[in-house]
Amino acid sequence: MTTIRTVGVCGAGGTMGAGIAIVAARGGFRTISYDVSAESLERAAKQTANFFAKSVERGKLTSDERDAILARMEHTTKIDDLAACDLVIEAVFEDLEIKQNLLRELDRVCPTHTIFASNTSTLSITEIASGCSRPDKVVGMHFCLPAQLMKLIEMSPGLLTSEETFKAAWRWTEQCGQTPVKTQDRPGFILNALLVPFNNDAIRAVEAGVATPADIDKAIKTALGYKMGPLELIDLVGLDTQVRLCEAFYPITLDPRAAAPPLLRRMVAAGLLGRKTGRGFYTYDGATMFGA
Amino acid sequence: MQYAIVRNGKSRSFPEGDSFLSSAVAIENAEVVIYLGAAIVSDQAKSAVLVELGTESLAVHTGEDADEAFANVVGFARYRNGDDPPSRLVELVRRPWTKDGAVEAARKVFEAAGLEVVVCADQPGRIIDRLVRPKYNAALRLLDEKLATQADMDLTCRLGLGYPDGPIERVKRGGLAYHFEVTQALFETYGTPAYAPPRQAVVAALRKRNGK
Repeated sequence: MTTIRTVGVCGAGGTMGAGIAIVAARGGFRTISYDVSAESLERAAKQTANFFAKSVERGKLTSDERDAILARMEHTTKIDDLAACDLVIEAVFEDLEIKQNLLRELDRVCPTHTIFASNTSTLSITEIASGCSRPDKVVGMHFCLPAQLMKLIEMSPGLLTSEETFKAAWRWTEQCGQTPVKTQDRPGFILNALLVPFNNDAIRAVEAGVATPADIDKAIKTALGYKMGPLELIDLVGLDTQVRLCEAFYPITLDPRAAAPPLLRRMVAAGLLGRKTGRGFYTYDGATMFGA
Repeated sequence: MQYAIVRNGKSRSFPEGDSFLSSAVAIENAEVVIYLGAAIVSDQAKSAVLVELGTESLAVHTGEDADEAFANVVGFARYRNGDDPPSRLVELVRRPWTKDGAVEAARKVFEAAGLEVVVCADQPGRIIDRLVRPKYNAALRLLDEKLATQADMDLTCRLGLGYPDGPIERVKRGGLAYHFEVTQALFETYGTPAYAPPRQAVVAALRKRNGK
């Protein structure tokens, strides 16, 4: 079984990639953060330093432990620097062609024993793996945002993933203190397969005049004990993101619940993207709630 | 606001022993009359006449078209996951022509009892069942298709979404036969596959019917 000592993270200048790099380094592994953008890497490095500074302030780490973790973290804009990695986790833009091209490049750079893991939330692991010559060494490893705080990882073998690869990757997530769950290589795995249609149903309920967004969220939180209602959650992740998720799922599943509701598309067209634009199903410059 | 209760059989919202039942007064002294399982009698002198709903539409009690005699009638259901104890949520149901004053009177009665109130239109499943039943259906179907184990599916929702429980453990705890009853009613009205009872719920309902 592949012994993992050094981990590469592609797309480490992004929020998810930076979080995964924290998980890897905190787990005791030499971690090489790779991104094509030096600026993004620099910004992520500052955010990482701030994150660990807070961990020390809160007593979760000693300053010596923090220093040791940071000493394990390296940054590069050269993909060839990933040649030392036993495991490379990609968290680049959610686009099949981009991920396939990246794996082809990694295939060229990395030794034959290196495992490639994809953090995709919507794409097929098998299809991503078809971009390289070692599909047996490609595995799905879907972290939740923010990766440095959320323990869950959805682990998915592609059709050609070897058992040895899956076991090695699974063991690595446990060594990092994460909680892996096994799912099939299907759109959305578990989390998004259940969440995306549910959120769409909540939007359709607003559109159908069942209740106001505020009452829908209040009902869900009170009856089910959820921390956040579906419409609050959509506002948080962005209505445009919800459209993108629908566009990833619907053509593959043809599940009508996964299709973007007309109201969602109209709100995106109007620039009502949620918290990021100050208005979605709620407005965020005061107590007024849109549609309430 | 004082309320009277007219009961006939068991109530899902307020089971025997619920403190809400013991605070009721005689009808002649009440501003609001609450019907639990009993046929409503219109009474325009009251601020509101409330009728407990199961899976049926409020229009079953009031008629579809505007009728002054029923303009103060408000439907309600205290959400309950099958056999679980009732939650703190009360869904109020109104027709387009229901008087605002009646809805507000209903809200006051339940809020005074420490319950949380939301208002919804007279549509099948109200808010909660309309939204969660298709999700439970999907989870049960994905389980049958071996997407993952039940333990992993429930754990994923607890860890990934912060839910207090997973969808499959929740629907099973509430009772799959009850899930069948609700989804069958929703499927009959909406007609969309998302509401169709899943295999496991059909099995549970048949076994219950056969006394197993």
